Amino acid sequence: MKKVIGYSSAWSVMPGDMLDVMVSTYGPDRYRANLVRVICGNDVPDLDIYREEEIPAPFAGEHPGREQITIAGSYVTIPSNPLMTGLGSFTVQAWVFPTTPEKGTQGLVSNWDEVGTCGFALVLDDDGAAAMRLGDGSGGIVEATTGKPLAKRRWHLVSAAYDAEAGTICVSQDFIGPQFEVSTSASTTVSVGFTPAMASAQPLIMAAMPATHPAGRPAASQPFNGKLDRPRLVGRALSLTDSAALGWDALPHERDRSVIAAWDFSREIGSTRIMDASPNGLHGQAVNLPSRAVKGFNWSGHEQNWRCAPQEYGAIHFHDDDLYDAEWDTDFTYEVPVDLRSGVYAVHLVADDDEWYVTFYVRPKRGTATAKIAFLASTATYMAYSNIQWTWHEHFGEVAECYWTTMEPGEVFLQEHPEYGLSTYDNHSDGSGVRYASRLRPVHQVGPKTAPVWNINNDTHILGWFEEKGIAYDVITDEDLHKEGAALLAPYSAVVTGAHPEYYTTPMWDGLKTYLARGGRMAYLGGNGFIWRCAMSDALPGVIELRRAEDGIRYRDEEPGEYYMEFNGEYGGLWRRLGTSPQALCGVGTVAVGFDVSGYYVRKEASFDARAEFIFEGIGDSEVIGDFGYFAGGASGTEIDAVDFELGTPPHTLVLASSEGHSAKTMIVPDEIGLNHSAMGGDQNPKVRADMTFFETPGGGAVFSVGSIAWPGSLPHNGYDNNVSRICENVLRRFVDNTPFTMPKG
Amino acid sequence: MHKIDPTRTDLIEEFDSNPGGPHSLELAVVVNLLRLIPMEERIIIVCTKRHAEWTLAKMPKARGDRMEYYEDMVFDDYYAAVRKVFRIRWQAATGVELG
Ligand SMILES: [Fe+2]
Repeated sequence: MKKVIGYSSAWSVMPGDMLDVMVSTYGPDRYRANLVRVICGNDVPDLDIYREEEIPAPFAGEHPGREQITIAGSYVTIPSNPLMTGLGSFTVQAWVFPTTPEKGTQGLVSNWDEVGTCGFALVLDDDGAAAMRLGDGSGGIVEATTGKPLAKRRWHLVSAAYDAEAGTICVSQDFIGPQFEVSTSASTTVSVGFTPAMASAQPLIMAAMPATHPAGRPAASQPFNGKLDRPRLVGRALSLTDSAALGWDALPHERDRSVIAAWDFSREIGSTRIMDASPNGLHGQAVNLPSRAVKGFNWSGHEQNWRCAPQEYGAIHFHDDDLYDAEWDTDFTYEVPVDLRSGVYAVHLVADDDEWYVTFYVRPKRGTATAKIAFLASTATYMAYSNIQWTWHEHFGEVAECYWTTMEPGEVFLQEHPEYGLSTYDNHSDGSGVRYASRLRPVHQVGPKTAPVWNINNDTHILGWFEEKGIAYDVITDEDLHKEGAALLAPYSAVVTGAHPEYYTTPMWDGLKTYLARGGRMAYLGGNGFIWRCAMSDALPGVIELRRAEDGIRYRDEEPGEYYMEFNGEYGGLWRRLGTSPQALCGVGTVAVGFDVSGYYVRKEASFDARAEFIFEGIGDSEVIGDFGYFAGGASGTEIDAVDFELGTPPHTLVLASSEGHSAKTMIVPDEIGLNHSAMGGDQNPKVRADMTFFETPGGGAVFSVGSIAWPGSLPHNGYDNNVSRICENVLRRFVDNTPFTMPKG
Repeated sequence: MHKIDPTRTDLIEEFDSNPGGPHSLELAVVVNLLRLIPMEERIIIVCTKRHAEWTLAKMPKARGDRMEYYEDMVFDDYYAAVRKVFRIRWQAATGVELG
């Protein structure tokens, strides 16, 4: 059904920047492109709130289209070297922890040249057994296999030794799994019958086999699922005993001159660099973001932090559905005009009856502002969710979402094209959790006209409201905040968040906190915000890392011993478990989630405090707030937040209103409970509510929070004329007035 | 564990009259049970034309599998598709054909 898709080289650009746009068609040989400014992306016909504005752009018009191929799967590549291509007798080995041994042939360590039938290939064969392949250079192949499948999720030392004198290959697998389990150790020796041709022009590939991409560049195929540790290449045929001794030896290259390469994955964790510890320096690269900082075969359990025991974190976990950069050819490059106003934009692609939006964010020139209000697009969260497929992979998906699985055309496309990778909500094909999500690939759900209405598409309810009310705004993004911190926000009187600013790096958190402490104002118009710590990397732009340590709403258990992130060594997880909390930053933090019914807000005593007068101007004393809206008919819903003074809500915070009307299926989140009990739902549990809050900061700043993802969906109700809209307008009119707020006395 | 009582066709009527919920406690339990049948037995809804057409399909078995549609079960109203899914899953769970 999808006939055109695309992505761009960046999400955040400023005037003068160049933006590359990559497009693929499926079927049509032409497509049309034009530029639009996104005003409101919710295109549910009855609502009649969808708005986009066409902007002239040099690329507007027809373009030739073709299919661009993406190959997923992470691997390591080491450039070809005479030390590998001139091998006589040799041994290749690695510690192997297969997660899908039943999958079919998977490359382990190989420079195999399929066309030239030369080089070598240490693989898991069709049966999941360790096997070694050699060729005679003219079509003849010999493959020695142990014939016994490796045990799933257990470590084995896999070795293959070619003895040129004897003309034999010995391949072996040594099981080191739990003592109570049946050993899958096995070995076999076969005679080769020819002189192997070793002069392969292919690079050495780990966790896959060398291959060529249809576009002509080097690639990999037959990807391996699982972990590899300590791959080594030795210039002689080792006996089984010597091979085992070498596998356990941390520094074999210091003792044995025949060691050609001893790759140590514990070096340069957090980068794509793969280091050979031997003097030969056969270094390489990791491709497509395999998971590093993972437990090695020798992990003792004494240390949980990879930085404190790197020698026990010498493994890499590879997945056949890892993807960092789809690496498509550029269709056209757009130079962002110097006079283009800040905003959310999209390249609208149309082919036949299908369309796609490549969404991007135009910020003002660095260090400048063109409005008093900055809309902070939650691009870290958009990335985290990109290409989410959890609901149709997970048995409990329907009861979690309170719906019957309903797939949008874009989701059907993702189902049929797993090569576009996953979100941090998903599990890899081998069942392990996804830790990285990249924007350098086509991503569904990050743009206008997407369903369910979430992330940027929900946030455009706020943009549409700005436009309707004539409120001037700039657009900035999480990636900008991560790089520039408080300096990015300093020129603004107020920051407005999106509906769901869930994922925060430490620099983002510190930047926002500093801005508010120094007199900045924030309207947090969402829910489930400031929840998880994530990481970004200068070395790997356009991707977030996430480790869902301990508890929280997580879609898998994080792997024990792997709670520290690879990109920066920080401990992952919920901010509230890291010594601060969303409540301390914005007054409220997540308490409940539910999707079947939304609630509405009822004013509390504190809303009549003189400090809050400006917020409720024009609102009746007993007026119910937000008993309408796009999300199940109310402004308080989907994911909701409340105050918690013990967790850090500032004591002078005014709880202006609280929500009511929640259902039994809106339940307390795991973060909030130590144990399951029999009053989890919003029909009984008084903690299931959103609190609307306000507090001032000593620096003259202020924070207004609504604590509900559904809130922006109520803004457009009745032509944007309603009490949700009124309250937001009251807040922002005061927030753009630079008169400092004063702290309450007492 | 709850079992669906196939004689409680009043719950089907309740569902038909308000497929989007909220439901009575009894119906809410039935809805949950029907949402928990094995993945490979689930009939699901695919939006085949945005805001205009929904087609029932089998839950895909493996990642990468092409969708298998029921071309005779195409709806121009989302909740009509939902009502059909409910009935199909009710029949599958109870073994009792609905008229
Ligand atoms: Fe979320």
